[in-house]
Amino acid sequence: MDLTATEEQRLLRESAERFVRTAYSPDARRKAAGQPDGFSRAVWAEFAELGWLALPLPDAHGGLGGGAVEVGILAEAFGSGLITEPYLSTVVLGAGLVADLGTEQQRATVLPEVAAGRSLLAFAHSERQARFDLADIATRAARDGADWVLDGTKIAVLDAPSADHLIVSARMAGDRRTPEGIALFVVPRQTAGLSLTPYDRLGGGRAASVKLDGVRVPDVVRLGGSDDALPAIERTVDRALAALCSEAVGMMAALLEATAAYTKTREQFGKPLAFNQAVRHRLADMASAVEEGRSMALRAALFADAPHPERIRAISGAKIKIGRGARFVAEQAVQLHGGMGVTEELEIGAYLKRVITFEALFGDVDHHLRRHALASGRLSSRAA
Amino acid sequence: MDFSFNAEERAFQQEVRDFIAANLTPDLKRAAALTPSVFYEPDISGPWHRALAAKGWVAPGWPVEAGGPTWTPAQRWIFETECAAAGTPGVSPMGVRMVGPVIIKFGTPEQKAFYLPRILSGEDYWCQGYSEPGSGSDLASLKTRAVRDGDEYVINGTKIWTTHAHYANRMFALVRTGDGGRKQDGISFILIDMKSPGITIRPIITIGGDHEVNQVFFDDVRVPVTNRIGEEGMGWTYGKYLLEFERGGGITSARLRKALGQVVTLAGSDEVGRPIEEASIATRISEIEVDIDALEMTELRIMSALQTGQNPGAVSSMLKLRNSEIKQAITKLGVDVIGYDALVWQPARPLYALNEPTPIAEDELPVVPEYLDGRAYTIFGGTSEVQRDIMAKLMLGL
Repeated sequence: MDLTATEEQRLLRESAERFVRTAYSPDARRKAAGQPDGFSRAVWAEFAELGWLALPLPDAHGGLGGGAVEVGILAEAFGSGLITEPYLSTVVLGAGLVADLGTEQQRATVLPEVAAGRSLLAFAHSERQARFDLADIATRAARDGADWVLDGTKIAVLDAPSADHLIVSARMAGDRRTPEGIALFVVPRQTAGLSLTPYDRLGGGRAASVKLDGVRVPDVVRLGGSDDALPAIERTVDRALAALCSEAVGMMAALLEATAAYTKTREQFGKPLAFNQAVRHRLADMASAVEEGRSMALRAALFADAPHPERIRAISGAKIKIGRGARFVAEQAVQLHGGMGVTEELEIGAYLKRVITFEALFGDVDHHLRRHALASGRLSSRAA
Repeated sequence: MDFSFNAEERAFQQEVRDFIAANLTPDLKRAAALTPSVFYEPDISGPWHRALAAKGWVAPGWPVEAGGPTWTPAQRWIFETECAAAGTPGVSPMGVRMVGPVIIKFGTPEQKAFYLPRILSGEDYWCQGYSEPGSGSDLASLKTRAVRDGDEYVINGTKIWTTHAHYANRMFALVRTGDGGRKQDGISFILIDMKSPGITIRPIITIGGDHEVNQVFFDDVRVPVTNRIGEEGMGWTYGKYLLEFERGGGITSARLRKALGQVVTLAGSDEVGRPIEEASIATRISEIEVDIDALEMTELRIMSALQTGQNPGAVSSMLKLRNSEIKQAITKLGVDVIGYDALVWQPARPLYALNEPTPIAEDELPVVPEYLDGRAYTIFGGTSEVQRDIMAKLMLGL
């Protein structure tokens, strides 16, 4: 039992924090947000050079074989600087699915390109009627000779406008919510019949709704058979949730630091705000939320590859704890900054927006409370 | 980073389990489960204390020369976690956890030789004389006075919230021996024989119906000067050192998990109509469980830091605060789970000695008293308000 960081992990944290501090100013971020991609290709190239894109990919395909803990270390630093680069979409979700489900040939084609920063991916999975149910897929994949024809609509496809390939989930068989019969297809964004409605994402970055209208792809781009796609999706989304939780902890810590510093210098009624017990106690609770959040993000990372139900309880537990904690810290940060907290002139609001995004992604607190209770055997799916 | 225990630690875990299996009798286990108060009665904690003492395990925080077991932080974690999971009683903390470390750090060789073996064996039972009617969380405002008269102090005043004063044969107390510039100056740390003439004890019954705390009056009580720890007027320093142990007890998540497990069992039993199937109860259980997981991980992070010689930082107030809040959430859930059975009030104590049939199941009896007594968790050892002040100062530099 040792939860302290290894030497390599310490170095990774230092270099990620240094990068965010020195090369990722709020001005740079705002400038990147105005680009069509919603992020900076130059920064992405630096990520590749630093080895961060290869970090969690398997050794055999140009990766460094890191795990969820290492990704968490990066993600926490990313969160503290509100990084908008598509790390989650390309590396954690996209490459993660290919590494998990792909054939040797598919891995060899996709993963080294991702590691080198030459290929961007997006995960086109969520559908409007599904809300947060990962098994609820209405998009159809119909066999036509050697090809598959995809029809349906996906929403909230993060970073789709910049992606070279979309990883699209579609149903080969079964009813809308059947766990079996789902497959994934690696579809080039420029394929005929695939159209995007792009939008700016709350808190930075881009996303799109994706319409698939008779999109024809060869069988060779299919990931997995009919029974193993959903478990792989669940595993990969859980790893993404672990990364998102670490990212949110980075945001919470940044908000706490900024707010504590502000209350020390801002004077009202002839004394700093921090002299008031009502303010000090709020900050104490924020500090507690950050520490507990850090603990749960670490738990999520350590259990990210554990078997069911331990994995679900750790991941959903982190999403619950950090979902609540991040919202509390962000709202109190706005409150304690007073009128300035509700302006665009401070960065506080940018963090609040990203916190809302974090909460919505892959299930809010209520969703994960139900998932946690189900995994713990204390709730039947009927009652849920 | 490694979340599993190594072979040596797993072997120790087995040794602890074997010890518990051999020493935790069904009667003791039942009595512990039916204890709603914060501390265990001496007739429960005593046998457990003596079993641990015989094994050399009763004083985990003590150095080896004083009789400690030289456990690593991980071993200590394993021990506390296994005891909690098995439902053992807790050892009375006033001797082993509180005054013991102070005597070890600041006592004379004579004091160490006299008191420490008696704490280890359980021969002495200690109580803590800190709070006074006018001095709660503002401890340094205490007024109980010790006036020097030759080789003795003459003590007058009163202490309150004195846990188990009615069982204790010794008290460690903070008393005023002088009036310095700051209110923290002029306080001394004194060891008092509870059989001394001039001591009277008034029971205070808590809202949970338990006689756990008392008010103690001192009326010209004479105590030898040799019973003073360290220097006269330096008692605040020693007392603060002790509070570190009281607040940062450290490993509480396992006890919380056990307590939540008892509520889950109640919620799943036929007696209370299986409300666990209600989504609201199931998700409340999940919410508390997640809070416990977060506390446990924080404790493990601290343990790992200690194990590798790193400074865990100023976290003891946060641990105390969260433990107390989660404990109260569990007891509140318990009351909600038992529904109408919460209307049954059983005034007799101890609950484990009841010989008459009761209108509700035995394991429901402590639920309401536990909730009521448990309101004290956010008050004793420094209220939550005091803990938040300390956190603001030490964690954020405010």
